[in-house]
Amino acid sequence: MSAGTFSPAPGRAPMRTIIGKQIRMELLLTARRGEAVVLAMGVPLLVLLGAGLFEVTNLPTDDRLGFVVPGVLALTVMSTAFTGQAITTGYERSYGVLKRLGASPLTRPGLLLAKTAAVLVQIVLQVLVLGAVGFAVGWRPHGDQLLPAIAVTVLAAAGYSGLALLLASVLKPETTTGAATLIYVLMLSVGGIMFAAPDLGTAGWFLLPLAAHAEALRDTLLYDTSVPFAIWLSLGTWAVVFLTAAARNFRWE
Amino acid sequence: MVGGDVAAAVELSDVVVSYGEKTAVGGVSLSMPRGRVLALLGHNGAGKTSLLQVCEGFRRPDAGSARVLGLDPVGDHDELMPRLGIMLQSGGVYPWAAAGEILRLFASFAANPLDTGMLMDRLGLRKVERTRFRRLSGGEQQRLSLAVALVGRPELVFLDEPTAGMDTEARHTTWQLIEELRADGVSVLLTTHLLDEAERLADDVVIMKSGKIAATGTPASLTAAAGIDLLEVRADPGLDLLTLPFPAKEASPGEYSITGALDTRALADVLGWFAATGAHVTAVSSRRRTLEDVYLSLTSDLVGASQ
Repeated sequence: MSAGTFSPAPGRAPMRTIIGKQIRMELLLTARRGEAVVLAMGVPLLVLLGAGLFEVTNLPTDDRLGFVVPGVLALTVMSTAFTGQAITTGYERSYGVLKRLGASPLTRPGLLLAKTAAVLVQIVLQVLVLGAVGFAVGWRPHGDQLLPAIAVTVLAAAGYSGLALLLASVLKPETTTGAATLIYVLMLSVGGIMFAAPDLGTAGWFLLPLAAHAEALRDTLLYDTSVPFAIWLSLGTWAVVFLTAAARNFRWE
Repeated sequence: MVGGDVAAAVELSDVVVSYGEKTAVGGVSLSMPRGRVLALLGHNGAGKTSLLQVCEGFRRPDAGSARVLGLDPVGDHDELMPRLGIMLQSGGVYPWAAAGEILRLFASFAANPLDTGMLMDRLGLRKVERTRFRRLSGGEQQRLSLAVALVGRPELVFLDEPTAGMDTEARHTTWQLIEELRADGVSVLLTTHLLDEAERLADDVVIMKSGKIAATGTPASLTAAAGIDLLEVRADPGLDLLTLPFPAKEASPGEYSITGALDTRALADVLGWFAATGAHVTAVSSRRRTLEDVYLSLTSDLVGASQ
């Protein structure tokens, strides 16, 4: 070896490159984990086709797909932004991956941005696939309220992400996995996906963000009406509270 | 620019690190110049890793201050990180990612990365390039961590137990690499509990005990300060050793061994004593203390406590 191979020449690559490469790695690793793919696509597809096409549950409307598909989309956003992200981040911390990344030119905002972007990319792909499958089996949504539908989805994803990163920061990874899975199952059953959510009035929207999100998607895509103010407030509160808490408590180690 | 080229690689003053009631580092000051290899030597629990955590900015010292390349490791984290190469004690890699993918990811974070293929060849990682991290052996994981630490062409590297879990061959490869780093002007701070590692690699050794610095110096000065601790003298058999003011014994007839901290004056006294008895001295040999002897004598009561 010639002398000077290791002569110092430190420096940070352009932030856009760094974040881009990190997003790519996050997506690659998610695609590689079988249980993550099942959680992300298998469960929602099963619920969509099962509850959407067969009379397995009583629904408050005759348009089964019109009720179920928005619910499944909301469920998918939760499973990716909350359940998947909480579990992944919890284990990354316990493996020391976050610490290792913290000791690199990737900054903390850079990592959080990459994680958020990776989650958004996944959500877009999932929504496209689920929407296409729904459409293929007869789902016919209204398109006039698409913008508010997208906006509540982004708000919901932000709140879920915040809660996921918060849990992963304060709990042990095993506890995080348990809690995230429990919340997922709980939301799947009472969150208004396959059945109507328990009628808790406006309070229910603050307690069950999934039900609020699903309701907002039905209002826009099924009934072609605007999103109730209480839902905006609920999802907005979730997003602000949990993102702030996550940013305050985020730990590399 | 804060911290020009004149700033020391690492400058610690009265650093204290506590975990609740327990004090891991109890007031450590040290200055590590650029371009040198410094070894932090000590038992598990001596405070080496805690000190390193402070240098890497993962922990703010509970008291005292730390400057790395003239910067504050916590406050100037983002400015400092691209200039450092950090090898953690274990893990730190996505278990599902292949060795090559990990190295290329970290290379892509750097402005002027080393050639990842060259680095993999140098560290014997080429054959596991496509192997996922969790399938690598302990030694391969360590070598990958070292590669990740070096790939950004840092000015200063922190290596926490760099050769732990490596076989003899990998250990020697790593030692050669660290010597090459030093030759190329990279500053290296490493922790180890291997004395031969410290003796071979380090310009400066800092021996830590119970969170404090027990001794510091070059390997040569540390052993020289301790002087000669064993003198073997061949002379007439059956001399009466009671009047010799040092612990001594006649190992076999005419073969005397004298132990203790034998500085120059003590040596003169010993040989003077032989002269005074009228004995014929036919051979004298001395043994100097090794770094291991120094280390053991400095850290021995911790050994006693932990057993």
